[in-house]
Amino acid sequence: MKIKNIFTYCFISSLFLFLLICIWKILVTLQGIELTNFNFNKLFIFGIILCAINLLIGKKLNLNIKIIILALLFSIFDYFISINLPIWYSLGIFLISLFFFNNIKNYDKNFLSKNHSSQKLFFNFLTLFGITLFSFVILFPFYMMLVTSLKTQALLLLNPLDFSINFTQGLPELFKSYFIVFKDYNFGKFMLTSTIVSLGTVVITLIFAIPAAYAVARLNFFGKNFLSTSILIIYLFPAIVLVIPLYTIFSQLGLRNSIEGLLIVYTATTLPVAIYMLQGYFKSIPKELEEAGIIDGQNWIGIIFKIILPLSLPAISSVALYVFMIAWNEFLFSLMFLDRPNTFTLSRAIQFLNVGAETPRQYLMAGSVVVTLPILIIFVYFEKYLVSGLTAGSVKG
Amino acid sequence: MSSKLAKIEKRTAYLLILPSILLVFSIILFPIFSNIWISFKNVELKDLRIPEPRAKKLVKSINDNPNQIKVIYKLRNSSLTQEITNVKFKDKYPNNIEPINLNNKCQFKSNLLKCELGNWPKKYRENLEIVFQNTKNKEILKKEIKSYKPKLSGNSQNILLTYEFTLNNFKKVIKDKSFVDLLSTTFYYTFFGTLGAIVFGILAAQMVNQKFFGRTFMRSVLLFPYVAPVVALAYTWELLLDPTSGTLNNLLINYQIIDGPINLLGQKYVTLNILGFDFKLRLALTTVIIFEIWRYFPLAFLFILARLQAVPKELYEAADVDGANPVQKFLNITLPQILAVISILFMIRFIWNFNKFEDIFLLTGGASGTRTFPINVYQQGFSIGDIGVGSAVSIVIVVFLLIFMFIYFKLLGKRADEN
Repeated sequence: MKIKNIFTYCFISSLFLFLLICIWKILVTLQGIELTNFNFNKLFIFGIILCAINLLIGKKLNLNIKIIILALLFSIFDYFISINLPIWYSLGIFLISLFFFNNIKNYDKNFLSKNHSSQKLFFNFLTLFGITLFSFVILFPFYMMLVTSLKTQALLLLNPLDFSINFTQGLPELFKSYFIVFKDYNFGKFMLTSTIVSLGTVVITLIFAIPAAYAVARLNFFGKNFLSTSILIIYLFPAIVLVIPLYTIFSQLGLRNSIEGLLIVYTATTLPVAIYMLQGYFKSIPKELEEAGIIDGQNWIGIIFKIILPLSLPAISSVALYVFMIAWNEFLFSLMFLDRPNTFTLSRAIQFLNVGAETPRQYLMAGSVVVTLPILIIFVYFEKYLVSGLTAGSVKG
Repeated sequence: MSSKLAKIEKRTAYLLILPSILLVFSIILFPIFSNIWISFKNVELKDLRIPEPRAKKLVKSINDNPNQIKVIYKLRNSSLTQEITNVKFKDKYPNNIEPINLNNKCQFKSNLLKCELGNWPKKYRENLEIVFQNTKNKEILKKEIKSYKPKLSGNSQNILLTYEFTLNNFKKVIKDKSFVDLLSTTFYYTFFGTLGAIVFGILAAQMVNQKFFGRTFMRSVLLFPYVAPVVALAYTWELLLDPTSGTLNNLLINYQIIDGPINLLGQKYVTLNILGFDFKLRLALTTVIIFEIWRYFPLAFLFILARLQAVPKELYEAADVDGANPVQKFLNITLPQILAVISILFMIRFIWNFNKFEDIFLLTGGASGTRTFPINVYQQGFSIGDIGVGSAVSIVIVVFLLIFMFIYFKLLGKRADEN
């Protein structure tokens, strides 16, 4: 029983290490380094030996020292069996093995004698492998977007599998596509339009939504329940069923090709969710605070500005970020309403470059990076607020 | 006193809500209703332009006589399809100028030329020629005459506001040979897209729910596809999947997994041989579904993760005491706990995938067997230019949507009863 467990442990762990190393080696080949011998069998056997050593040491040594020693041993072994590889390759091997040994550091003889230990072990490694795979599948397209935008047409045609970034050529040469995109394709203007439209939508939506949400959350009036349920139903109606009537109406009113038209539509489509999110938060503010405000002689406007708003800043920022994201990413309405290049938003401009004009793809990808980067930076920086916005607003997407 | 306060409260409430209601009504509800109106009308894209009477003013000097001048108005009806009734014409002239050969349609009074031009049929053209002279026998300046622009007005019937209705649009939609295909494509796309997103969402949530280094970062990374702009992502994928220069095809050929490039977005069917049976797989549709799953599983992940973190730890501890293995723990504890979230998520995602337009439009444009209802709205309305038929397709979507919403709210109500 115990021997079987030890054997499965060594085998599964080493297999996992082996898979990680394989992924690293494939990535290294894609960076333009030629690997003639992968040395898989040697590495596999050495991995088994190291896993067994890890088990034997158990908790007799400080765990951090243990993993560093084991990872060093593994990288030195790999360094000696493979020839003439740059230092960053070995550093990568070291980091991967450090990550690996960090994960198996807690396993010792006691763990293996427990119930279902081999199953647990298997699922642990499956999880780790899954995480690696998921992050790879998600990040790879983003990485490709970036790499393509940093290359020249000739390099792209020469070797489509070269994913390295050549930093030696100097910054102006490296970011050439970006200069061209901003200078020749007028992306500065599109970016300004997108920013104005998105920020405008945020401001107008908040101006409309805060009073409405306050009324729904706090005041008693006829039709309140009907209103709060219909908010959700209205929100479920998709843009595609609004497109034809809005197009006909906007054509006849001359609101097409105008930023104002876009602002009206974006505000109206994000308003229901903004009200829905805000009223939920307003309800959680203790009523006593407002009553104190009334005793102090405040009217409704004073209560909203002096009590409700300062207290609900987190909710307002998550609504603002969510609305900004929706407006920045919106595509369907900008496709329908804008057909003159001087009113394009970023999304519409990229689509126009791809379909209307045969644009080289490094420029297309540079444009894509320009539209993606701000939203990702905002997302990573304000993650907490945006995630709560996403969860509340995610009935739509 | 209290009733007075209640009255004030009510009035304030309506005041606060009114702007939002008006905006939402005019931009969302009114268009949905006007969709019904348009779907019963025979309207094309070119009918949307309101017919205008137009005039081009030409000024010509008359030989040997600088005191006289000939003005030609080239009049036309801008519309190729509709007539304009009761056209009126107005133009201004400088002082001391008089017309010589005025016809009976026109009048000249205090520097103003006014004409009643009657009804103009479609494509109508006419030249109006008038000779003017200076009353003080001075030279007429061409520039001065040209600087005034004529003003025209006329009544035309707005095709959208007439009371002529037709059922032809709906007949066209339902009798179309591809209707069944359209329906099956839409449901195939919606169902598998939703299912895949939820399955991968569960997997990802299950992984991130365990403690490991860099977990918060991992959570952000998993949400990237959902927050990034669809245009950028769709074109990146198009680039990755390109048959000649795309990364994926080159990678597969490089490692000798496939012999030749596969056009993943442009090929309708691919024949797979599994256990001696030939299966026809809808390739482009499958690729689009995979993109859909890749882009929307983060949302399912977010929801399920939130639910997983709320599962009491005691349940798992009790299972450990009972000697349950990880698979049993997942099936007997985790799955029942997240089932409610999954069913609601499935309905919401189903509704939204049913209406998804951008993703397919940007990847394939609806070609090679990826035409769904929303794509059809766009193609009928704007590519073919038949607004009426496009509207009718939107109505079909709304009908399906109402059915789904009915089921969804029933489900929501049932869940609320259970709790």
